[in-house]
Amino acid sequence: MAIIHVKGLSRSFRVSEKQPGLAGTLRHFVRRQFRTVDAVRDLHFTIEPGEMVGFLGPNGAGKTTTLKMLSGLLHPSGGTVQVAGHVPARREADFLRRITLVMGQKQQLIWDLPPLDSLRVNAAVYGLDDLEARRRITDLAEMLDLGDELQRPVRKLSLGQRMKAELMAALLHRPEVLFLDEPTLGLDVNAQAAMRRFLADYNRRYGATVLLTSHYMADITALCPRVLLIHAGSLFHDGSLDRLTQRLAPRREVRLELADSYPAEAFEGYGELESCSGRDVRLLVERDRLTTVVGRLLADLPVLDLEVRDPPIEDIIGRLFQQGSTDSP
Amino acid sequence: MTPPVAPSRLPPEPHSPSSGRASRRHRNGLAAALRVARALLVSQYALMLEYRAEILLWALSGLLPLLMFALWSGAPAGAAAGISPQAFARYFLAAFVVRQFTVVWVVYAFEEDNLLGRLSPLLLQPLPLVWRYAAAHLAEQATRLPFVLAMVGLFVLAVPEAGWLPSPGRLLLAVLAAHLGFWLNFLLQHAITMLCFWSERASALERFLFMPYLFLSGMLAPLDLYPEAVRRLALLTPFPSMLYVPAQIASGGPIDIAAGFQSVAGWLALLIPINLVLWRAGMRRYAAMGG
Repeated sequence: MAIIHVKGLSRSFRVSEKQPGLAGTLRHFVRRQFRTVDAVRDLHFTIEPGEMVGFLGPNGAGKTTTLKMLSGLLHPSGGTVQVAGHVPARREADFLRRITLVMGQKQQLIWDLPPLDSLRVNAAVYGLDDLEARRRITDLAEMLDLGDELQRPVRKLSLGQRMKAELMAALLHRPEVLFLDEPTLGLDVNAQAAMRRFLADYNRRYGATVLLTSHYMADITALCPRVLLIHAGSLFHDGSLDRLTQRLAPRREVRLELADSYPAEAFEGYGELESCSGRDVRLLVERDRLTTVVGRLLADLPVLDLEVRDPPIEDIIGRLFQQGSTDSP
Repeated sequence: MTPPVAPSRLPPEPHSPSSGRASRRHRNGLAAALRVARALLVSQYALMLEYRAEILLWALSGLLPLLMFALWSGAPAGAAAGISPQAFARYFLAAFVVRQFTVVWVVYAFEEDNLLGRLSPLLLQPLPLVWRYAAAHLAEQATRLPFVLAMVGLFVLAVPEAGWLPSPGRLLLAVLAAHLGFWLNFLLQHAITMLCFWSERASALERFLFMPYLFLSGMLAPLDLYPEAVRRLALLTPFPSMLYVPAQIASGGPIDIAAGFQSVAGWLALLIPINLVLWRAGMRRYAAMGG
C-alpha cells in the first residue's frame, strides 16, 4: 500500500505586481495589482514504502511547494494528499513524528552551540530516552563519519559537516518518510558522494521512503530508480531515468576517434554532426539506426576508437526546460 | 428520560485498569514534558552564556528606574504624596529588579526567525514554538541574574537607604508576582508576535505599546504619585502587574496584594485563549502563504 498518495494536487498563490519608477510606486500604493500564479497544477502520483524517488524540475517548477504541501507546511489549493495515513495539513503530532523535511538552505541546528546540544533537544522533543538517544546519535555519527565535530559550535563547522549534522538532527527520530530539498546544495564533490552513500545506507537500513530534489543529477542517478519530472507546476514524467532519456533523447551520441582528419561533409548520411574537431568527431544518431550506422562508420572510416553514449541527462533536461516543452506524457 | 451512554464514554472506575493506564499515561506525559523543558532550558542557557556580554549590556540598558530615582529624589512631589525618600529609593530599586526579570523580546526573535526562514524546520517538530521562546527567556533571566545582583550591590553601596531585606513571605510573594508579570508581558507580546504572520514588522506595534507601558507600569514613578483618576485607569490595564505591583510588594509599599494577583490572573485568563486563537489563525495564514 502506498505511503504517499497525491491526487489532483494544486497550489496557486496571489502575488502583487509593481511597475518600476515613481509612477509605478504610487500606483502600487493606491491600487495594488494582483496576479494568480499556479505553482503546482493537478499533480497525481503515489510512492510505495521504501522507494527512493527523485523529484526533478527547473527553479520555480513547483518542487519545494510540493514538498511543503507533503510535509504539512503549506495547504493545497486543490486536490488531496495523504502521507503515512495522515492528511499533512492537519499537522498531527503522530504525522510529524513520522516525517522529516530537510531543506538545503535552511537550518534547524542552534548556530552558536555544538550540534550535540540541538540533538539533545530533538531527542527530548521526540520522546527518546537518554540511552536510546545516545545509541541513535552514535549510529548516525558513524554512518555520517562525524566525531569531534558534534562538540564544536555549528558556526565553526564546514558546510559539509554542517549539512551532515543537519541530517542527523532531521533523522534522529528515525522518520519513515524523508523529504529532502537540495540536501547536497553547495557541497564539494566528496561531501556530495558521502551524503549519497549515507542516504542509500539509511534507506537500506530503515526502509525509509525518500523523495529527493536536487540540481545535481549525480544524486538522482546514484539514488533514485524512479524520477518525477515536474515542469511549470505539472508532472511531465513519472518513471525511470532511462525511460525519460529515451523519451527526451531519441538519438544517441556516437564519439569517434579517427586515424586522419576529415571534413564535415564526410559525415553526411550518418547522422547529425554535433562536432568535428581534427580527428575527434561527435554524431547524433537515431536509436533505431544505431547498429547500421556504427557498422557503416567502422567499414567506411579508419576508426581508432568508438563510443556510444546517451547525451548527459543534465543536457537533455536542460534543453527540455529551455524549450518550455510541456507536452503531456 | 436519560439517554443511554455508550460504554466507551462512561467514566472509568476509580481503580479500574483503564484508569491506571490513564494515570500512567498522564505520568509518562508529565515526565516527557519535564524532559523537554529541561533539554530546552539547558540548551538555551548554554546559548545565552555565549551571549553574556550582550546580556550585560541589556541589563545595563534597563537602568531607567534607577535614573528615575535620581530625578525624583530631590523633588517635593514624593513628600506631598507621603512617600519618604527611603521608600522612593526602595521602590525604584525594586522596580529595577522587577523590570530586569520581566523584559520580553519574543516579537523580535520570532520576526527574525520568520524573515530568515528558520520557522519551517521548527514547525515540523511536534512541539509548539512558544515553548522554545519561553525557555529562551527563562534562560536569559538566569544569565542576567548575577549581573543584576552586582548592580543592586553597587546601587546599595551608593544609596545606603535603598538597602533592605524583605521578609521571606513578602519576598516569595514579590518573586511570584514578578514571575506572573513576566508571563503576562510574554503573552501580551506573543499575541502581537502572532501578527508577524500577517505583517513582517509586527515589532512596530510592540514599540508603539512601549509608551503606555512606560507610563502605566510604574516605571517612571510609583502610581501613587499619579492623579487618582489616572491611577485608577492604570490599574485597569495589564501594565501595573508587570512592574508596579511586584515592586510595591517587594519594597513594602502600600498595595492591595490580593487585588494585584486577581488582576494578573484575570489578564492571563484572557490572554491565553487569545494567544491560542491567534496562533491557530497564524498557522493557517502561514500555510496559506507558503511559509
